[in-house]
Amino acid sequence: MKKFQTKVKLSGHIIDSLTLPKTLDEILEHGCNYEIEEIKVGKNRSDTSSALIRISSDSQKALDSTLHRILKLGASQIEEKEAALRTTTSDGVFPDDFYITTNLPTRVMIKGKWLTVKNICMDSGIKITGDFRHALCIKMGDVKKGDMIVTGHNGIHLTPMSRMRHSGIFEFMGSTVSPEKSKWLAIKHIAEDLKEVRSTKNGKILFVCGPAIIHTGARGYLESLILNGYVDLIFAGNGFATHDIEACLYGTSLGISLKEGAITKKGHEHHLRAINTIRKTGGIRQTVKKGIIKEGIMHACVKTNTDFILTGSIRDDGPLPEVVSDMKEAQRLLREKFKDVKLCIMIASMLHSIAAGNLLPASVKTICVDINPEVVTKLSDRGTCQAVGLVTDAELFLRELTNHLIKKAD
Amino acid sequence: MTSVLMCPPDFYAIDYEINPWMHVRNKADQKKAKKQWEDLHNIIQNLGVKIEIINPVKSLPDMVFTANAGLVFGRKFIKSNFRYKERKGEEKHFTEWFDKKGFEVFTIPRAIHFEGEGDILKIDDSFFAGYVIRSDIRAHEIISKITGKRVLSLELVNKRFYHLDTCFAPLSDKTILYYPRAFDAFGRKVITNNIKTRIPVNAKDAARFCCNAVTIGETVIINSRCKDAKDNLKNHGLNVIETDLSEFIKAGGSAKCLVLFIDNC
Repeated sequence: MKKFQTKVKLSGHIIDSLTLPKTLDEILEHGCNYEIEEIKVGKNRSDTSSALIRISSDSQKALDSTLHRILKLGASQIEEKEAALRTTTSDGVFPDDFYITTNLPTRVMIKGKWLTVKNICMDSGIKITGDFRHALCIKMGDVKKGDMIVTGHNGIHLTPMSRMRHSGIFEFMGSTVSPEKSKWLAIKHIAEDLKEVRSTKNGKILFVCGPAIIHTGARGYLESLILNGYVDLIFAGNGFATHDIEACLYGTSLGISLKEGAITKKGHEHHLRAINTIRKTGGIRQTVKKGIIKEGIMHACVKTNTDFILTGSIRDDGPLPEVVSDMKEAQRLLREKFKDVKLCIMIASMLHSIAAGNLLPASVKTICVDINPEVVTKLSDRGTCQAVGLVTDAELFLRELTNHLIKKAD
Repeated sequence: MTSVLMCPPDFYAIDYEINPWMHVRNKADQKKAKKQWEDLHNIIQNLGVKIEIINPVKSLPDMVFTANAGLVFGRKFIKSNFRYKERKGEEKHFTEWFDKKGFEVFTIPRAIHFEGEGDILKIDDSFFAGYVIRSDIRAHEIISKITGKRVLSLELVNKRFYHLDTCFAPLSDKTILYYPRAFDAFGRKVITNNIKTRIPVNAKDAARFCCNAVTIGETVIINSRCKDAKDNLKNHGLNVIETDLSEFIKAGGSAKCLVLFIDNC
């Protein structure tokens, strides 16, 4: 985020006169950057057009010399309004008309300076620290009496999605849900993105996993990805981890043999017996250490020290000791762990995917893989507009992804 | 019938320097200037143009350059806001004249400079308007609102060609005479995009103010000794009348600067 910024308006026959491209050229030539926040184009030849342009620079001198020049080209400087602040009067309650965040990169104007809101995620408020130097995204439940909270809509700036220029799979897919594009190519692009994030080490790769990964027999592929360092964090529920452990202990997933696809005698008991085994040893990590679990996804996580977060639901059996059932605590934990996520792959898990989407900023590349296209639609409807969808079976996806990554690595 | 406004050069002189052509030491010859102005007046009159006269005012030597009085559009008169204090005194006299003649007078906010037809010329259904050196681009949007016409802005990048009418002359609805080096690449592109036939002039003729031409029908009146431009205009089927305006070039003006069209719509 550039340190010095200002906003100008350009109006007139700025398109036919080429005043708009000329002004943009001047901004760049003076070493500044621009962002067109709004443009209104006249409908007829005689109608004038207008554009609101935000100019930013690391140097006040460059910004001043740009302004000196473009004011002559007809630009008028627009005074930026300060964001309004109100102090909270009780814990867990925002002031009336508090500003509700989106997942887009957000800045607020405080004491004449633009502050970037840290850890932005949707459906939260913005807290300003006592020294007026930091802006933090804050959930309703975390508000404390006396916090300064941004209210209204003045002095708030969002960077639109189109400006984020996601590359790789995002350029390839184009549309949000794409059942009609080549799966093989799409998965190849995703593999490239994974490799890039892993090699540059500038962020985490998050996998949000649903039980279908186990049911469809794809656990071996995900295990390989973990063992090869392509997964930094797994977010799933009690069911997912239990099915994986059941597969390890009994060779079944919800009682169905993963090798033969047949119902196993007393298979329905395997699920609860698996949970009970883990609870008896005190947790997944302890079970792995004792050698009771010898392979599988959870085993790979423990062995490679890959982080995993399991959160509970009302239907959970057990649950496993690692499952966080306090939802407020689960949200806090997820926000903490999601801070450095750069790439998120959601596979066959609608509820956990929507939950993850709610906590991730729009700048995180998000890919949703599901056999049901409605899952991606639902994810977008809930505000995770950056997600691109791949409509396919979990096993096919993970098999192809592993083939691209592991074979080539070998 | 075409009509124009002219102002006799009774008080014309080089008393100050507000453009690169003016040098107070290079005095204008009053007698010669009067003769040159009368010649131009007669040429225009003989082409069937009605000439209105505004009385000159002592201490306003540049009032002779009526093109800078403002812009006339139908019965509307948009008065100029001169950039230099030396010419501000003219505003009142021109405004009074148009007011008396029954024109609706429009003013632009004082902080926005605008030097009339010297910086804005109509071709077909659009205005082409020069800016930066004398007029401000902010005036263009206001003029567009008053006239309901498109105004294409052209930045003037050569101080010697400080008004649009010193480097750009409409010859018809599709043709202009112009000096390309008075504009930047964006300005040249705007001209290319919007004007079908463009007759460029060389630096020598441009410096003799050949672009400061008055076109009446198919006749173009230009300063004398602009040979290449003259030949070029003739090749485009236009009649050319040359007339010596050397005394006015000392102040940075020529034929067009001495004339304001008052039926410009």
